[in-house]
Amino acid sequence: MSEERKVIVEIKGVNKIYGKNHVVKDLDLDIYEGEFLTLLGSSGCGKTTTLRMVAGFEEPTSGTIKVENEDIHNKEPYERDVNTVFQSYALFPHMTVYDNVAYGLKMKKVKKAEIKERVTEMLDMVQLGGFEKRYPLQLSGGQKQRVAIARALINKPKVLLLDEPLGALDLKLRKQMQLELKRLQKKLNITFIYVTHDQEEALTMSDRICIMNDGVLQQVGTPSQIYESPRTRFVATFIGETNLFDGIVRAKQNGKLHINVESGDFCVPDEDFKNNEMLAVSVRPERMLYSAEPVEGFNLTGTVKDQIYVGSVLKTVVELPNGNEVKIERLAGQELPKGGMVYLHWNDGDAKLIHTFDDVFAGAVEDVVMQ
Amino acid sequence: MAKMTKHRLRSNTLPAVTMVGPVTLWLAFFVAIPLLYVLVMSFCSLDSGYNVVFEFTLANYKRLFDPNYVQIYMTSILVAFLTTVICILIGYPFSFLIARTTSKYKALLYMLVIIPFWTNSLIRIYGWRSFLGANGPLNNFLTSAHLADHPIQFLFNRGATVLGMVYCLFPFMVLPLYTSIEKLDKNLLEASADLGARKTSTFLRVIIPLTMSGIFSGSIMVFIPSLGYFFVADILGGGNSDVIGNLIERQFQSGNNWPLGAALSIILILITLLLVKFYQKLGGDMDSLGV
Repeated sequence: MSEERKVIVEIKGVNKIYGKNHVVKDLDLDIYEGEFLTLLGSSGCGKTTTLRMVAGFEEPTSGTIKVENEDIHNKEPYERDVNTVFQSYALFPHMTVYDNVAYGLKMKKVKKAEIKERVTEMLDMVQLGGFEKRYPLQLSGGQKQRVAIARALINKPKVLLLDEPLGALDLKLRKQMQLELKRLQKKLNITFIYVTHDQEEALTMSDRICIMNDGVLQQVGTPSQIYESPRTRFVATFIGETNLFDGIVRAKQNGKLHINVESGDFCVPDEDFKNNEMLAVSVRPERMLYSAEPVEGFNLTGTVKDQIYVGSVLKTVVELPNGNEVKIERLAGQELPKGGMVYLHWNDGDAKLIHTFDDVFAGAVEDVVMQ
Repeated sequence: MAKMTKHRLRSNTLPAVTMVGPVTLWLAFFVAIPLLYVLVMSFCSLDSGYNVVFEFTLANYKRLFDPNYVQIYMTSILVAFLTTVICILIGYPFSFLIARTTSKYKALLYMLVIIPFWTNSLIRIYGWRSFLGANGPLNNFLTSAHLADHPIQFLFNRGATVLGMVYCLFPFMVLPLYTSIEKLDKNLLEASADLGARKTSTFLRVIIPLTMSGIFSGSIMVFIPSLGYFFVADILGGGNSDVIGNLIERQFQSGNNWPLGAALSIILILITLLLVKFYQKLGGDMDSLGV
């Protein structure tokens, strides 16, 4: 993410409060021109509300939203250069596909001949040429979705907002539409803000992912940054599976941190941690190593609780003496006897340290990933 | 199911007939037979003593084209039309308000439309008559506030009849409108705004077309009864703006000409059926008519 990229949407200090519900808390987020940004989180995390505030369907309780450096606070939805693809498609049932797609251009009083040309071109682009005279009721879910996308894109918005657009489609169609959306986005070079609760979808499609939980922005970063370097416990557990250990910084020596986890200590290069600070250590199941004999250096001991062969990988569950379970995924490998002793370890760099004060002040922390 | 299969009395229809038996019997005794009786009556003659004799004649139907009657049909259709239009104009914003309000008084507002149903409409119409009368509260107020020198004649004209009709039939307009507006998907309004439509465009291009079924069924449910609500025309119109209902009522009462009254009734029924058919042709939903 280079510094000179142009910010197209700037969300600054935005809060949204409905009665007693604080839905979006102190949200700061810059969205760059031409990027595919996903707002990811479980339902009720504030992602849709954020999208609706950009669209103009909701007003922020406080804070500002700028599009191309212009505060859009007092602009009605119809005055904003953004368009939305709704979760339920929201196609006008009394209009044909053609009229649905042409709606935005008609509102802008574009000439009829031009409308016809652009609608035809747009429908071809979403592979719905020849469907002009159909009504929404005569379309399948996937086709409705394409009409909804065409109807929004034809207006050449500066930003396209997509609210879980693929939520109602079956898995196969969803995968296909993901690729198609990505293709359209690249081709038209329009900024997409995409809302989903599906982490796989987010990882597949996004340039950057913004993870929200309970109204608080947790982390913004590329899919690999998010996966490889989760900044909060929430992110670590929300994206993929992980093993989280509670730890404490025992000492800082020679640029190394000595960290105590479970029953042992291990060393990592110094990071921004203090002596005696509580922290969490995240090790992804596929990065966790095990052996029947202790290895040199740090080891965790446990007993094999279960081992499941699922074809591509071998999943092992190991129980630690304190009762916690550790998940391990290896591409095949040594099978272990159930109930047997096993030694767990990991390579340097595979254990990610997470500040635990983020659990409390997650929203107030500087966005380390973006800097 | 493109085609309806014709019903024939086969062995497997017997259970079905038994199941709907009570309803069928009810409808047969209280709807079909009386209607049939009216139909037969409309072809009967009168003897010199105004007694009905079962002698086939088309004379009753010929009399329907009497210019005086045609005049009343016209008045009646005009009254019904005005009533319908006024009901739409008042009912639409009203229904929109109660259907889309997020206020906690929503249920109360809705109830306020329903409650008058529980009182006899005749009593309510008499209420209007005394309210609007020469010595009624309205005129008393106007004269004592010196807004008028002498009591104003509000009653006994077409306006008063239309007022009464609107008052009586307003709920029949509101209920289907409310239902159709309530069903309106909020996302569609947002989508319209999102695509650059101002509020008036959204109203004309999205809201009106999508609530058309409500407007249609409301109109049917107001238009048809207002052809027949003779008591409103009697009490408030004072005989100056008779509707078809008055004509029929008179034949059965003072006129003592049942066969003519029956023929008029048949015509009214035919008009009703035609309107319902028309409504159905336009894609109207029969359920929202309550039939």
